[in-house]
Amino acid sequence: MGSLVSDYPFVAALAAMVALGVVFGAVLGFASIRFRAEGNPIADQINAILPQTQCGQCGHPGCRPYAEAIAAGEAINKCPPGGEAGIQALADLLDVEPIPLDAEHGEESVKSTAFIIEDDCIGCTKCIQACPVDAIVGAAKQMHTVIVDECTGCDLCVDPCPVDCIEMRPVVTTLATWHWDLPRADVRPLIIATDAERVSTGERAA
Amino acid sequence: MRRPHDFHGGIYPPERKSLSNTRPLRRATIPDQLVIPLSQHIGAPAKAIVAPGEDVLGGQRLTDLAGLPVHAPTSGTIVAIEDRVIPHASGMSAPCIVIDCDGQDRWLDLEPWPDYRERDPAAVVARLHEAGIAGLGGAGFPTFRKLSSARPGQIRTLIINGTECEPYITADDILMRERARELVLGIEILAWLCEPKEILLGVEDNKPDAVRALESALTEIQTPIELVVFPTKYPSGGEKQLIEILTGQQVPTGGLPADIGILCQNVGTAVAVHDSVLLGRPLVSRITTVTGEAVTEPGNFEVLLGTPMKQLLADAGYREAPRQRLIMGGPMMGVTISSTECPVIKTTNCLLVPSAKELPANASPQACIRCGLCAEACPATLLPQQLYWYARAQDQDQLEAHQLFDCIECGACSYVCPSHIPLVQYYRASKAAIIEQRADTAKSDRARERFEARQERLEQAAAEKEAKRAARKRAAAAKALDAGGDDPIKAAIERAQARKAAQETSPASAGDAAREKIQRIEARLEKARAKLAADDGSDATITAALTKAVETTEKKLTTARAELDAANDPKEQTP
Ligand code: SF4
Ligand code: SF4
Ligand code: SF4
Ligand code: SF4
Repeated sequence: MGSLVSDYPFVAALAAMVALGVVFGAVLGFASIRFRAEGNPIADQINAILPQTQCGQCGHPGCRPYAEAIAAGEAINKCPPGGEAGIQALADLLDVEPIPLDAEHGEESVKSTAFIIEDDCIGCTKCIQACPVDAIVGAAKQMHTVIVDECTGCDLCVDPCPVDCIEMRPVVTTLATWHWDLPRADVRPLIIATDAERVSTGERAA
Repeated sequence: MRRPHDFHGGIYPPERKSLSNTRPLRRATIPDQLVIPLSQHIGAPAKAIVAPGEDVLGGQRLTDLAGLPVHAPTSGTIVAIEDRVIPHASGMSAPCIVIDCDGQDRWLDLEPWPDYRERDPAAVVARLHEAGIAGLGGAGFPTFRKLSSARPGQIRTLIINGTECEPYITADDILMRERARELVLGIEILAWLCEPKEILLGVEDNKPDAVRALESALTEIQTPIELVVFPTKYPSGGEKQLIEILTGQQVPTGGLPADIGILCQNVGTAVAVHDSVLLGRPLVSRITTVTGEAVTEPGNFEVLLGTPMKQLLADAGYREAPRQRLIMGGPMMGVTISSTECPVIKTTNCLLVPSAKELPANASPQACIRCGLCAEACPATLLPQQLYWYARAQDQDQLEAHQLFDCIECGACSYVCPSHIPLVQYYRASKAAIIEQRADTAKSDRARERFEARQERLEQAAAEKEAKRAARKRAAAAKALDAGGDDPIKAAIERAQARKAAQETSPASAGDAAREKIQRIEARLEKARAKLAADDGSDATITAALTKAVETTEKKLTTARAELDAANDPKEQTP
């Protein structure tokens, strides 16, 4: 054996490499079966960016199916609720150029939630069946209502209502949700700072 | 004596304190009407337990104990519980209790607890809750909550903040001068509740009168309170800054003072604690500084909560002028108030009415020249200039990585910035955007879970249906059953798609969109009419509802048509 190796060093090296290749190949092959990633990780990451409004405007029955379609190569500009910001995030993730929102699928609109005019509701349960996120509660022939915190504003419950008592109402700013906006370049800031000494008095707000 | 430490950065703005601290404390006029916001701090609003028409006595509790309660500051009649404009940067309104005062100032019988040490500490904390005691220095956080959130034995150091570092404001200065004894007794109550190893009372060295008053009160009452006087620098009154000055310790990023065994309370709060425990008096008044060159008699006032600001301003000799700015708080961290009708609330430590010359609006911002002055001034050792760039780019990951949330919004960076960049506004907006983003993510995560749960349920239901159908099919092979399982989402989506397909001839103008809308409503009207026609009249309520639906849809149609006309009018008449 020892003499064989020293007599044919090239063949011995070749045999060693082949043997190693076989061993590692087997290990990798086993690992790929044993540790196969569950589901579709790219689609998961895309789904995490989609707004989960579940409105179907993209032409798919919900955000998850569209995420899978994007992973399979569909255009990234079909989700109006996600808007330009959503497209930008998808473009960053997939490392492609952002493209403008496809108007065919609708426009980015103000956030709204559904509101059921409770006096008019006949309790037909049709809206409950249409809501993709179970945000409507009610029972047959009882008045229904929307859980505003869970409503994604997808609009799907409006059409099925036979008595037309569901309205989409824009989300209003309350004291709890009000916040400061970024300063605008064209507006002189009103921020307070004891700056009497350093601002020339000619520079005064009109 | 303890040697005070220093903190990074800070600035020395003109103090302007002598404007208001040379006159003695005055009592503000009791107004004809008090307006008391139901909720005076962040969190769940309290519910009113009184109704319009009811007579109330001074000291009577007006709201339940779900939040921090408010009380009637004097006797009178509740005339309304309605939305009134409140002193908030948004200029919005919120529910307020409106009391017409009867001028007699009749009070409930108060129940003093001079023997509080014999009672259960939990009962004393409950009394502070019941009396509506809030932090009077800063954001008005409920004092009972701060006390009860600390574990027993957790607090090693109790710090009482008598710093009042912001220019112009002298309310705490006057309070320490005039009510030093009550202050010391109030601190003793707080100390009894949290059992610290040391009690430090921090005061800036620009208040010699207050220091003298405190020294004499401390020699009179034997207590372990240690008075620490340290050099004046803005913002030494910030909680974290004061802790560093007094103990040399730094509160960890994102942490609370309690994490390093420290509890901070403001001097005003300590006096309110004294009043509520030893006198039984709830928090119905506070000391407010009214100052600025636009008032003729600036000074400090003991004012009832709910007093309209214009009344208090009138007491200080202010005559309403157009375009006058009114600031609640100081010139560094205060907010501009939209109306002098706003009431004084628990956190109103100062009303500043500057003349235009005194506090002109900021100059137009210029480009950042990367001078680094802001980083030198920042007491939180942040990099304001970096934060500014990231805020402009709305790069939230970087903002968080650069500890945006450690910013105390003190304004030191804006103050020194030679380019007049309103840095703090950028930080406030960015913080809000990040918080909003977090809420949105939480909501969309929930939506995803709910969607997936529903999907699973529908699939399961469909599978069950399918199994039953197969069983029936086997049993009665002859009969072909309707497959059923009409998926409502799919149906809705198909409808949506159909609608989109109909829009293929993409609506170019507002007119087209309106026409489109009319078509939709017409279709719906037709549907509704058909339903009404098909109705057998067996259930009167359904018939009524369907009739009503037809009516509302008709109404919507008319409005939509009117909208279309309105949209078309100007365009189509000018060919
Ligand atoms: S269009 Fe609607 S359903 Fe489609 S991805 Fe966007 S939010 Fe989700
Ligand atoms: S309530 Fe209506 S608008 Fe809101 S999520 Fe459900 S179906 Fe969509
Ligand atoms: S406002 Fe914030 S960033 Fe500016 S100096 Fe104060 S703590 Fe630092
Ligand atoms: S002080 Fe102003 S100009 Fe100087 S680095 Fe900071 S932001 Fe830029």
